[in-house]
Amino acid sequence: MLQADLFAAHPPSALTVTDLTRYIREVLEEDPVLMNVRVTGEVSNLSRPRSGHIYFTLKDAGAALRCVIWRSNAARIPHDLQDGMAMEAHGSIGVYEVSGQYQLYVRSVQPAGEGRLYQEFLRLKAKLEAEGLFDPQLKQPIPEQPHKIGVVTSTNAAALQDMLNTLQNRYPLVEVVLAPASVQGAAAPPEIVRAIRALNRRDDIDVILVARGGGSLEDLWCFNDERVVRAIAASAIPVITGVGHETDFTLSDFAADLRAPTPTAAAVEATPDVRDLYEILQGSLYRLQYTFQSILETHTDRLQTVYNRLERVSPIYQIHSDQQRLDELEQRSTRALRHILNLQRTQSQSLSQRLGALNPQAVLQRGYAIVSLDDGSLVRSIQQVQAGDTVHIQLSDGKIDARTLENKRNVQV
Amino acid sequence: MTEKIKPVEQLSYEKAFAELEDIVNQLEGEQPPLEESLKLYERGQALTRRCADLLENAELKLQQLADRELDDADTDQDG
Repeated sequence: MLQADLFAAHPPSALTVTDLTRYIREVLEEDPVLMNVRVTGEVSNLSRPRSGHIYFTLKDAGAALRCVIWRSNAARIPHDLQDGMAMEAHGSIGVYEVSGQYQLYVRSVQPAGEGRLYQEFLRLKAKLEAEGLFDPQLKQPIPEQPHKIGVVTSTNAAALQDMLNTLQNRYPLVEVVLAPASVQGAAAPPEIVRAIRALNRRDDIDVILVARGGGSLEDLWCFNDERVVRAIAASAIPVITGVGHETDFTLSDFAADLRAPTPTAAAVEATPDVRDLYEILQGSLYRLQYTFQSILETHTDRLQTVYNRLERVSPIYQIHSDQQRLDELEQRSTRALRHILNLQRTQSQSLSQRLGALNPQAVLQRGYAIVSLDDGSLVRSIQQVQAGDTVHIQLSDGKIDARTLENKRNVQV
Repeated sequence: MTEKIKPVEQLSYEKAFAELEDIVNQLEGEQPPLEESLKLYERGQALTRRCADLLENAELKLQQLADRELDDADTDQDG
């Protein structure tokens, strides 16, 4: 422990330089504040000897502080460290007994301001978080198809043009209401707040983009300003932030309803893609046509069914039925008539044959003869002829005139 | 859809598309009478044309707020 008792036990007497120096060293090195200290100042007398350790002095207008960076820590020191830079060093105070010098053993070093800003960032973040400004429950949904988009950014920045190009490409239906504001420097916070409020006074804005292109930490700092963060959190219109690059996070991002990594990304988040819209529109049209077609079919079927029933009970149906019977009868009568005709034809043929058989000429050819008297009358009986009478015998090929010699009656059997 | 029917030319894309969706849903749901269906179908076709027209011919509109629109005496109290 401290050697305070050493002094208490013995009245003040001369100490060796070494004893005193060791005492001072112990006092300083045991001090809880000095064990872990941050100090800012301007770098001077920087030297990097071959040992790998780095020596320099931090100074400001009123004082100077010797600083040492051991080689084991030197790797974490920015290479561009040089005289004249304002730096913030973090380390512990110790005493170099040989020269009786207290000095800062530096563990890390960063550009001055950054650390302080970061501390401020953390403090404000914790405070606003505790107030509930970043509560996920408070996040408002981003409208899918905004009609008007409010844009808060600087009018002469590339970020604005990037966003307008993206919007024109993705969703040219949208209207942009630009609320200009500085996005850098001391004037920026009140101007950004004013722009957000101005857009909130309108009733036609669907979503607000608060955007700024990339820059240094200080450039983006206005988006960590408490006024800006509160204005974003208080906005009744959903806010999308697009500040800096992918890696930049500001308190505005935490307060926004949606954080986009860049201004362009914010424009993308705020809008649907027109190509998707075409596809969706195509789908709706297909559904419309398909559905209507099926409705038409349903009605047509229904109509057909009813019509069929109507036909069955209508006089037309009876008429058609009668017509059918009529057709049947006609067919049957035609068939009957044809039958009769056939029959008659057959009969007439047989008659003609019979008639042929009766032809006297045919009989004569078979050897029969016709006998007639002078007056032409046919001789059918012997009683018509006396012996000596002239008769005429007609044969098939000619006529014989003959005289009767005798006539004998046939003997009856 | 009993409210007044606006000519499609007066509708914004969102309105036209919303109505189109509504019509398709109606037709897909309980089918309205044929005459009504036919009207809805024709309206749906007109809305589709309107939407496609708007998508094809849209030009981004840009409006910049003037200083007096940014400032508001009533609410801008804390500066």
